[in-house]
Amino acid sequence: MDHAATLTEPAVKSSPLGVTWGKLMMWLFLCSDAMSFGGLLAMYAALRAASPRWPEPGDILNIPLTAVNTFILICSSVFMVKAFVAAQNNDKNGTVKWLLATVLGGASFLGIQVYEYTHLSMHTSVAEIPKLQERYLDLFPADKHIRPWSNNYCATFYATTCFHGMHVFGGVVYLSIMAFLAARGRFLNGNHSPVELVGLYWHFVDLVWIMVFTFIYLI
Amino acid sequence: MSNQQSHAHKNPNYWMIWLYLLILTIVEVGIGYAYMIYKNSHPNVKVFGIVSLIFLASWKAGLVGAYFMHLKFEKKTLIAIVLTPFVLLVILALALLPDALK
Repeated sequence: MDHAATLTEPAVKSSPLGVTWGKLMMWLFLCSDAMSFGGLLAMYAALRAASPRWPEPGDILNIPLTAVNTFILICSSVFMVKAFVAAQNNDKNGTVKWLLATVLGGASFLGIQVYEYTHLSMHTSVAEIPKLQERYLDLFPADKHIRPWSNNYCATFYATTCFHGMHVFGGVVYLSIMAFLAARGRFLNGNHSPVELVGLYWHFVDLVWIMVFTFIYLI
Repeated sequence: MSNQQSHAHKNPNYWMIWLYLLILTIVEVGIGYAYMIYKNSHPNVKVFGIVSLIFLASWKAGLVGAYFMHLKFEKKTLIAIVLTPFVLLVILALALLPDALK
């Protein structure tokens, strides 16, 4: 009993890191997750550097659409901090409203990503688009589709963006549960720490997308 | 308890950070397009493009970390722990390069 009490109520001011256990554990999870993404990006960089030819991202991917997606994710991050500020101010309706806005941002991001995947893998053939046919026809297998198993470029593209997309999906589920709990008044009267934790996760997903967008879509 | 701790600093103006991120994203996409068109015109253009794109992405990531994730208001020890994976990522990428460029 005594042991449990020490774990649940850390002496925040006297601890060297100055954060609650929940926040410290979320940060440790994010550190390990950052290394997973780091591994994927390092794999992408190594394969690209090792390949004699590599498709230009702008030739195959829809950059403007993805830029809009980046914008949506940045907006949802602002909605998330607004939800946290509302929770700090004991504003139940504000917390629920901003959390739902964040969920909407995440869901829109996923919708656009699913559209992008469907468009690339089902409705695009390298043999039918003159620019792609001229430049990359021999890089793709006989069916000329842009699918995860088509070549190294496609494999790294789908693996990295899908790993991120799964994080967004997880975040949308996590945020929806938090919005439900917020509506039931779970985060009132100073008990807003869980909203801060979901916020850390969500901002991390945004931060990773900033890197993925730059490395996979722009460079 | 945690209420007092969270209010120890004044919340930054988050819409200003949003505007900041938006402007940086527009600049980044602009440079990305210019890079796509002109990267083969001169070797220096390619290096400049890659360096500036990575610099802008890191700047944006830094803004998200510092303000949205409140790292700016945390203790230095925690910031050091959080930055470790990024240092490891750079080491990992550099360690793979000799094999990749072989």
